[in-house]
Amino acid sequence: MKAGKFWAWLTFGLGAAYFIIPLLATMEFAMRMRRGTYSFDAFAVVFGDPRFQQTFGYSVVAAFFTILLGVLIVVPTAYWIRLRMPHIRPVIEFITLLPLVIPAIVIVFGYIRMYGSNSPLPFLGSARGTDALLVIGYAILALPYMYRAVDTGLRTIDVRTLTEAAQILGAGWGTIIMRLILPNVLIAVLSGAFLTFAIVIGEFTVASLLNRPAFGPYLQNIGANRAYEPAALAVITFVVTWGCMSVIQMLARFAPKSANRPD
Amino acid sequence: MATISLSEPDAARAVPPTARAVRLPTQWLGVAPFFLFAILFLIAPTAYLILGAFQTPNGAFTLNNLAELWQPTIRAAYWISIKVSFASAVIGALIGLAIAIAIVRGGLPRWVRSATMTFSGVASNFAGVPLAFAFLATLGRLGLVTIILRDIFGFNLYSTGFNILSFSGLTLTYLYFQIPLMVVIITPAIDGLKKEWGEAAATLGATQWQYWRMVVIPVLWPSFLGTVILLFANAFGAIATAYALTGSSLNIVPILLYAQIRGDVLHNPHLGYAIAFGMIFITGMANVFYIWFRTRSERWLK
Repeated sequence: MKAGKFWAWLTFGLGAAYFIIPLLATMEFAMRMRRGTYSFDAFAVVFGDPRFQQTFGYSVVAAFFTILLGVLIVVPTAYWIRLRMPHIRPVIEFITLLPLVIPAIVIVFGYIRMYGSNSPLPFLGSARGTDALLVIGYAILALPYMYRAVDTGLRTIDVRTLTEAAQILGAGWGTIIMRLILPNVLIAVLSGAFLTFAIVIGEFTVASLLNRPAFGPYLQNIGANRAYEPAALAVITFVVTWGCMSVIQMLARFAPKSANRPD
Repeated sequence: MATISLSEPDAARAVPPTARAVRLPTQWLGVAPFFLFAILFLIAPTAYLILGAFQTPNGAFTLNNLAELWQPTIRAAYWISIKVSFASAVIGALIGLAIAIAIVRGGLPRWVRSATMTFSGVASNFAGVPLAFAFLATLGRLGLVTIILRDIFGFNLYSTGFNILSFSGLTLTYLYFQIPLMVVIITPAIDGLKKEWGEAAATLGATQWQYWRMVVIPVLWPSFLGTVILLFANAFGAIATAYALTGSSLNIVPILLYAQIRGDVLHNPHLGYAIAFGMIFITGMANVFYIWFRTRSERWLK
């Protein structure tokens, strides 16, 4: 047992070293900007760069709309499947997992070929349309995570009884979804939302191929042209990802643990 | 009135026969937005590329595009992509498994496990361009580790032929999100190993080694293989890290496709479709195996 514990600590220690050293190294590199001494100059340069503010702002707005679109698509669907059409659930689950199978670069390649300015749906004909297509693409990339989160949330409430109770009280579908289902799965939706945010904020492939001024292409551009700023940006991105994941962990603590009627 | 409650199954079932017959088509309206969305923005674009891979520019059927994938540059790109994805998947899975076993079974304090799981959640999502920056700052020519090795240990990493912009460098970088992903996925499977199995084996006189060889490894094997395949697909489709790390100097498939989309570097749009089809084919096959292993492993985890 003693030997087992030793090996466990050794494995954990080596693993921890592999994961922590690059973070320390990145931080150290970012602070090397001023010659001969450590400073936060690189961070100051990054935060002062108007393109940083613009692209980061753009990605935050894109993430917001992605979450909105994802919720609008996923919540009613997952609810309806649980309520009325459990038999087609495997089909829906299969579709929601497809974005993990089809690489993002392939999906966006399809968009570029299908939605050009001469097509029946000319998304790429205008800047606004391309923004919309970017958000749609992100919603597709986030679909597996969003659907899983919402479906797990719905599992903890008794959808059928709640719906019937609401209908007896005279509620329409809009009221049921907005005032009954959504508040009940809010925590699940929020954890899906933060995961979506973490995925979208530094996304490179889709934004770059659609030529949108997002944070991901900006990161790549800085990486190709600067020395110390990329390290500072990596630290910032890591902190943002860390923040999103911590919020998800905290939300999980508030989520209802037991189901009324587990199925 | 109060005797009829709608939530009572029998009463509810007594009403619908006629009602359900009327409702049948409207029922699909509830999922129509989802299907419309998925077809327009997921299935149709993919189908468009797959069909395009089998067509000439005039729209006639052909297998030429697929045959052209065999030309040396494209073949080399597929080969290096497969090598990097395979190496990072297998190594990542083995290390991830070792870490998961250590935190679940190693008798370490409780905080070690929760810290590892939280960190794995973060690190498995810390991919893309920033990850490349982090590794350049660590193992690049001026990276911290490179410098420490050189100045303190007198060991010049780059004289050994190592380069962060190469196969081994890319694999090492991909491990940063592959290992945590493995830890996140495999830990529940290790939790599923019941204590009773170990006790039963011990009662029957099995040694620790026999218990591992005849109980633990066979039970974990399908989950392990399944996750390796998932990691493979995960690495195979990734482009941002490699692109930020190496520019276009390392010729992996997603980077080749990226260049083709941007500027038709292969001078044949339909060859681009064929490359995309090849990628879908490989990740698709990988996932078929994944689902197969997954259903086999779930038998033990109930």
